[in-house]
Amino acid sequence: MADFSTILKEQGDISVIKLKGYLDAHTAPVLENKFDELIKSSKYKIVVDFADLAYISSAGLGVFMAYIEKVRENQGDIKLASMSDKVYNIFDLLGFPLLYEIYKSEEEAIKKFSE
Amino acid sequence: MKTKKLIVKSRTENLSKIRDFVSSNASEAGFSKDEIDEMILAVDEACTNVIKHAYKFSPDGDIILEIKFDDNALTITIEDNGISFNPDVIPEPDLQKYYREHRVGGLGMYLMKTLMDEVKYKSEPGKFNRVSLTKKLKSA
Repeated sequence: MADFSTILKEQGDISVIKLKGYLDAHTAPVLENKFDELIKSSKYKIVVDFADLAYISSAGLGVFMAYIEKVRENQGDIKLASMSDKVYNIFDLLGFPLLYEIYKSEEEAIKKFSE
Repeated sequence: MKTKKLIVKSRTENLSKIRDFVSSNASEAGFSKDEIDEMILAVDEACTNVIKHAYKFSPDGDIILEIKFDDNALTITIEDNGISFNPDVIPEPDLQKYYREHRVGGLGMYLMKTLMDEVKYKSEPGKFNRVSLTKKLKSA
């Protein structure tokens, strides 16, 4: 069974979700639940750290698409950070860099919220 | 020509087993790590589509995978007995549309076509759907 987990870290009013393992159609609901929790508690400044994510399929990409508009409507954003080349290539292939801010590091993404 | 077969039930928990099956055989066939990653994703997308669309998440359908490879190429055939569809009506990815609708659709098929050298569909409604994904060996 695919191994996937998330760790949530709060830094001021910014929520950082760290992804680990394999994000596919089986594990995508785990991440959806995380976003649901954040939105329920009105936390709209979200950084997703991909450093430990080994794999993503389109089911995983769909999770980001499901929440982005809601988050932006509330003056927030989902910023993506620390992707491996392999994971970035999939985002890139599908044109996601046009819609999402993608940063080299989690720190850089966090900093952008205070600019 | 070598042939390997795997039959799994139409459950998303089996996607990791499917990826391992592709990985070990593509590696035996002599593909590079990047090429193997591409094949794994293409097959994951194909099987996710089968689970989602052909079997509508009903967990007891069969997904029959067959890998054939020789010195020139590797072909993975994915067959199901679920609902048929017409691959020609699946739209190209449209990010602005996804943004408006909060969902993605058709990404899997686009990825398959992009990541593999050849994608073929064959469908006999009420009998089977079959998608064949082929990647050529660069060294061949």
